[in-house]
Amino acid sequence: MEITVSIIVLGVIGVLAAVLLYLAAKKFHVSEDPRIGEIEEILPGANCGGCGFSGCHAFAVECAGASSMDGLNCTGLTAEGMKKIADIVGLTPVAAERKVAVLRCSASCENRDLRNHYDGVRSCAIEAALYQGESDCIYGCLACGDCVAACPFGAMTISSGDSLPRIDLEKCTGCGKCVETCPRGLCELVPLHADRPMVWVACANRDRGPVAMKECGVACIGCTKCRKVCPVEAPEISSFLAHIDQSKCTSCGECVKACPRHSIVTSSSQL
Amino acid sequence: MKTFRKGGIHPPEYKLTAGRPIVGVPVPSEIRIMLSQCIGTPSRPVVKAGDHVVAGQMIAEAGGFVGAPLHSPVCGTVKKLEPTRTPQGIWQDSIVIVPDETQEDAIQATPRDEDEIMALSPEEIVAIVGEAGIVGLGGATFPTRVKLSVPKGKKARTVIINGAECEPCLTCDDALMRTEAQAIVKGAFLIMKATGAPEGIIGIEENKPEAIAAMEAAAKTVPAISVCKLKKKYPQGGEKQLIYALTGRIVPAGTLPIETGCIVDNVATAFAVYDAVRNRRPLTERIVTVTGPGLSNPGNFLVKNGTPLSALIDFAGGLPEEAGKIIAGGPMMGRAVSTLDSTATKGLSGLVVVPADMAERKPSGPCIRCARCVSACPMGLEPYLLMLQAENRVWDDMSAHGVMNCLECGCCSYICPASRPLLDYIKLGKQELRKKK
Amino acid sequence: MNRLTISISPHIHTSTTIDRCMWNVVIAMLPALAVAIWTFGMPALMVTAISVAACLLTEWAVTRFMLHRPCTLANGSALITGILLAFNLPSILPWWMVIIGAVVAIGIGKMSFGGLGCNIWNPALVGRVFLLVSFPAAMTTWPDGVPSAFDGTTGASTHASTGATLLTHLNSSEAVPSLADYDLLDMVFGHMNGSLGEVGGIAILIGLAYLLLTKTVTWHIPVSMLGSAALFSWALGGNPLLDLFAGGLLLGAVFMATDYVTSPMTRKGQLLYGFMIGFITIIIRRYGAYPEGVSFAILLMNSFVPLINRYFRPAVFGEKERRAMA
Repeated sequence: MEITVSIIVLGVIGVLAAVLLYLAAKKFHVSEDPRIGEIEEILPGANCGGCGFSGCHAFAVECAGASSMDGLNCTGLTAEGMKKIADIVGLTPVAAERKVAVLRCSASCENRDLRNHYDGVRSCAIEAALYQGESDCIYGCLACGDCVAACPFGAMTISSGDSLPRIDLEKCTGCGKCVETCPRGLCELVPLHADRPMVWVACANRDRGPVAMKECGVACIGCTKCRKVCPVEAPEISSFLAHIDQSKCTSCGECVKACPRHSIVTSSSQL
Repeated sequence: MKTFRKGGIHPPEYKLTAGRPIVGVPVPSEIRIMLSQCIGTPSRPVVKAGDHVVAGQMIAEAGGFVGAPLHSPVCGTVKKLEPTRTPQGIWQDSIVIVPDETQEDAIQATPRDEDEIMALSPEEIVAIVGEAGIVGLGGATFPTRVKLSVPKGKKARTVIINGAECEPCLTCDDALMRTEAQAIVKGAFLIMKATGAPEGIIGIEENKPEAIAAMEAAAKTVPAISVCKLKKKYPQGGEKQLIYALTGRIVPAGTLPIETGCIVDNVATAFAVYDAVRNRRPLTERIVTVTGPGLSNPGNFLVKNGTPLSALIDFAGGLPEEAGKIIAGGPMMGRAVSTLDSTATKGLSGLVVVPADMAERKPSGPCIRCARCVSACPMGLEPYLLMLQAENRVWDDMSAHGVMNCLECGCCSYICPASRPLLDYIKLGKQELRKKK
Repeated sequence: MNRLTISISPHIHTSTTIDRCMWNVVIAMLPALAVAIWTFGMPALMVTAISVAACLLTEWAVTRFMLHRPCTLANGSALITGILLAFNLPSILPWWMVIIGAVVAIGIGKMSFGGLGCNIWNPALVGRVFLLVSFPAAMTTWPDGVPSAFDGTTGASTHASTGATLLTHLNSSEAVPSLADYDLLDMVFGHMNGSLGEVGGIAILIGLAYLLLTKTVTWHIPVSMLGSAALFSWALGGNPLLDLFAGGLLLGAVFMATDYVTSPMTRKGQLLYGFMIGFITIIIRRYGAYPEGVSFAILLMNSFVPLINRYFRPAVFGEKERRAMA
């Protein structure tokens, strides 16, 4: 007898709770475009912000409400992936040039003497904020790996050889997390070309030539040789530092050969 | 005995050079005067390469309202204007002077006598202090002229002369008080006159009995100035802590001491003020404690502005083989030196050579919430929490927890049994918050 | 010249490390351990050894195989948990129960939260309470033949194989016991029945003195806790001295409530925390189903520590004056 009463009482409570839950779900239901969910399924979910929106959900919302796919591109997706999203919303994808991050420093330990020994938190942010770094160069990579930790796609690793971060161009989506993170602004997004390698100045040293030369073996000294040999005037020099304008560069490789400091590098060795 | 109430620690003293006399360092073969020697705008050079300068001649003018002029400490020829590294390794513009063989043709100024000094108006004293390029010599290097100009609507009630010297290792203020007690008291009197404050208190920590005796004897001549013995506790010499200890007044958070009617100046600053007013001598040299267990001749040295740090170390007996770290300033708040190519500045109070076995930090462990950092913080902050917030990069939360009140005294990092880098993260947070402003 | 080291100030550091704090606690517990062995004999030593070994082994295994972290045994915290857990157990508890308690204490009470510094509750007490609710009979079975402070006067349990502690009497007897019924001196020196660590009142106080002298703990928690327990004991018509020396109040006040990780960060917060533990303990002792309430009281207040930390923040120096100015 007792057991029946218990079962009935608990059963009634259960049903009541279910009804309440149902009503509450109905009342507080937020209607959302079902396509948003579908798009989010395709997105990588890294919330990297490379698309220019606050996260994957915001991007999906934007796509669902868009009238054209122009300017809507997920850096973490291939063209195929973007095609899928465009299909969902019934638009045609507008391909954006794919960008990847490169490091504007190539100073391995042989190239710059380590003057000090830093004994503290392994964090570029702290080292850059409170101290100039172990070598003489106050612009170069600190190699504590803040960028590696920040990369949502696992594209960065600290090389065991020269302890500089390496960027895996296959995995890099050009989301720009590392650009944001690096306290010295050493990561730069450059367009990745299918047919030719990238060329960039792997240095950020803005000290005068003689000083820069003493500080690091591969420091750019602003000698302007690269600009002179360049057929399209892509290298620009300011504050004793060259920077290659990627919109002009044709990857001819003349500057790489001409640079007396070997501070201009390319993504391919066969140039 | 007076002291501050909240927080504080008792680090070992390591005052190897206590009781040592002040020794002049010989003129080096080249001096490099940094253009940025005070908080505020760097000075603008008024000499060019090839110019001959005499000791005490102005070589750079104040760069702005918060700024101070620079003077040549020697007679010599300006070799060039070129960057020199700061002790932290950052390039900074400097004036390089090659001193003459003989140092006789200095500006021969006739000292002001007592009557002349008494006749000076407050504005005149402030102007003299400004022209002499005097900055706070306790380490903050805030231009003294600005400090002595009491803002409108505020009234100076008390001049506090800081002789606490609570930093371990350092004895430069102690040495100065022992030898120049009279001048310091007179300097204090001049500061009182310049600001219109009716009373002056000289606070000295109890571990300097000789200095206390000398200062008490000197202060007898000026009834408005008293000497007050302070308990040995770090950071007794912190501005807000010192004001509380000596007057019981509490400086409202985020404001300057003048809010409570207090003007705090270091003993060396008071001495410099007297020297400038009485002897018409600008600030070109200061006392620097060079110390460390490995040095054969540590001491309190009278150092000309622009003397290379390596010359100071050499004078103290040369860099020992086992040196692992050199600190500019005291071990609690001083900054590690990355290069000895740098030169002495107005703000350099000491060089501490730390042996290699003491230079490394202990590996840090997890926070066990022992609350020692909370009870050690003299500003009533929660360092363990601030570090957590900095690690998670929630800068606004740090601000809400009062991180900007932190005086970076280092009590939290010192006391942490897990050797956690609390101050590293707190400094990072402060820097990020300043950037955001 | 060798490379100069660069680090951020301060450049000197106190000699007090976590390891030293922990070993100080271990040293402070030795007198109480000695009394336990003297009172209960070899079984007490066995329970302690098993508990310590199981705690160390659990911590090692979890760090090695689950968290993949370096070994953390050297800091002594697992050792403390082991001894504390043993202090909370009867000397005749079956060995496998001790092991279960140790595994729960370290595995669930500490490592599941992330190890040292991350746990919310005192690990040893988590282990004890787990055992208490799982094996209530075994956990309240005390060895017979132990000289008991109240045997002679009440004639209660000299013969019982399930010896009773004084608190069982206090909790069950209708009449409020008076001090005359018990030999306080015996209680203070450990001539009574109970868990390992709670019998030697004077030994625990020696431990407290050592902890205070070495500045391992501050007085705030023990004093406020004992004070409030005495106060409420008196207010509810009990005998404060009996309440203080019977059961685990001293043990809790000196070694458990003072645990760094699970106690508040500010002095004021610590005072409130201690005060509330004392209060809850006496309430449980008088009105609860269990004769003893210290462990529950501490665990309850452990849960409140984050809240206490939130509301008892230290006052920023000059903040009051800033508000007054605005």
